Amino acid sequence: MSGPSTYEPNTAIERWLDTRLPIVRFSADLMAFPTPRNLNYWWTFGGILAFCLGVQIVTGIVLAMHYDASGAGAFISVEQNIMRDVNYGWLIRDLHATGASMFFLAVYIHILRGIYYGSFKPPREVLWLLGCVIYVLMMATAFMGYVLPWGQMSFWGAKVITSLLGAFPVVGKAITTLLWGGFSVDSPTLNRFFSLHYLLPFVIAAVVGLHIWALHVPGNNNPTGVNVKSKTDTVPFHPYYTVKDGFAVSLFMILFAVFVFFLPEALAKADNYIPANPLQTPPHIVPEWYLLPFYAILRAIPDKLSGVLALAGAIGMLFALPWLDTSKVRSMRYRPTARIFFLVWIVAVMALGWCGSQEPQGAVIPGVTGPTLIDYDINSVTWLSRIASLYYFTYFLIITPLLGLRETPLPAPDSLYTPVLAAPPAASATVQA
Amino acid sequence: MVDSLAQPADEAAGPEAHSRRDFIHIVATAAAIGGVAAVAWPLIDQLNPAADTLALASLEFDLTKVALGQEVVILWRKQPVFVRHRTPKEIAAAVADDHASMKDPATDASRTKPGHEQWLICLASCTHLGCIPTFAQGQYGGWLCPCHGSVYDTAARIRKGPAPKNLYLMPYTFLSDTKIKIG
Repeated sequence: MSGPSTYEPNTAIERWLDTRLPIVRFSADLMAFPTPRNLNYWWTFGGILAFCLGVQIVTGIVLAMHYDASGAGAFISVEQNIMRDVNYGWLIRDLHATGASMFFLAVYIHILRGIYYGSFKPPREVLWLLGCVIYVLMMATAFMGYVLPWGQMSFWGAKVITSLLGAFPVVGKAITTLLWGGFSVDSPTLNRFFSLHYLLPFVIAAVVGLHIWALHVPGNNNPTGVNVKSKTDTVPFHPYYTVKDGFAVSLFMILFAVFVFFLPEALAKADNYIPANPLQTPPHIVPEWYLLPFYAILRAIPDKLSGVLALAGAIGMLFALPWLDTSKVRSMRYRPTARIFFLVWIVAVMALGWCGSQEPQGAVIPGVTGPTLIDYDINSVTWLSRIASLYYFTYFLIITPLLGLRETPLPAPDSLYTPVLAAPPAASATVQA
Repeated sequence: MVDSLAQPADEAAGPEAHSRRDFIHIVATAAAIGGVAAVAWPLIDQLNPAADTLALASLEFDLTKVALGQEVVILWRKQPVFVRHRTPKEIAAAVADDHASMKDPATDASRTKPGHEQWLICLASCTHLGCIPTFAQGQYGGWLCPCHGSVYDTAARIRKGPAPKNLYLMPYTFLSDTKIKIG
């Protein structure tokens, strides 16, 4: 994709093909791609994500063969046909449902790695933006997939999320009607969600292609954040990183298998085993775990439109990050202050996730009640969400821009392999990593 | 190559040739935009409710099924609808609050039909995100939405929480004292 090709066609048929469709050259260059020699295991999540996308597409195509996308038949086709009657249907369905959670687990680690090591900074902004696009597409795909079993959580989740768009003045109502294909969530909604749920993974695959293309122009970032300076700083992708990624994928598959075979219901909600009923809202609606932090931000704000804008803004912060971070130092290894604020940000996101899973008026410290402020007790889940949301936005909009201008980073090494080669007594003081 | 050869010949033809070419560009572009729009509209409009969905327009309901102080939730156009038989005390409470500070001010009289004040009939979808509020909960004795805590009074007016509007009213008429037609 970039740099001179080192491929030499060795057989007559390869030479013939190389002048017509250089697909072997393309693959060989991909495998020979010069990759920084110091990538750690946090860098294996790209490969793990490719594996996850593959699992979702393969299991999804199979499930679509047995699924009935209609309000009357969807629940039965999933819970009876696929889970009980179809040969190995239970396995394929559990792989697909668990796979969604595994996919998000991997993508969150991948995103956090990108933030920590500054992989979004020049010249990798487009690479980062494409990743953000993939993340948004993943959320849309996962949401629509969750609707398909047509249980109570599917139905009411669909209703709540589509109603979010109704918050926009003037056009809101028309957009929700367009999404629903009726006056409420119903069979037409299910059918179009199924169609889009089948389409979007292929759109994701296409954007992943662009993501890898954009990666191969500047090349990989690395844990030091220092640019690759010479050929000695790199190793070919194959066999070095095919093996490393392969090992990481194997470990990831163990975790995946634990959930599929021993805890398939761990991430599911009991309410989703009740068929969709438009006359009854479940007492406690919660989205899947990977959307909980955004749900908590939505609920933290006592006004509908502002809540929806905050939710969208929280995702928007990721898109804006390359232009919010003013620090020239990529890796947080050499930014001890930034590291602390970043770790607090992770704690805030986790707190938001916990808040999203709780009832808004529930107490944070059990048994304690304090004064009520803006509709809620100050010891309530809502107030914890408000504080954590405030930090979430402060981190991106105030801390990140100011810190880059004010902090004193540690000295970064001259090259990406000096921290590895440095003799402990002599050099460790300056290049400690 | 082709472009560089074509260019001088084109210029030799004088300014008239340029304006004719510009005209063709404009016409072609306009036709292409019009064509794309003409194709896009059916592709978007097919997402709107189909004729069979729109045909589920009206529904008759026998009010004798709802005891005093109770409510029934029915489906109209696949949307849940509250039919609430209000007690005199609930009506009095709603009327007393007519001029209280509210997000979406409305009088109790504007929420019901004259002579049938005991019947409050409205869409059962919370105007926040569409959950069905829980009957007789919340500090005003109206409804409390379980999802995000919006509180409605006994006239289904929003009094607290994130919902921006009162529960929506929909068109209905009294066919007799005990029978209504919704839609």
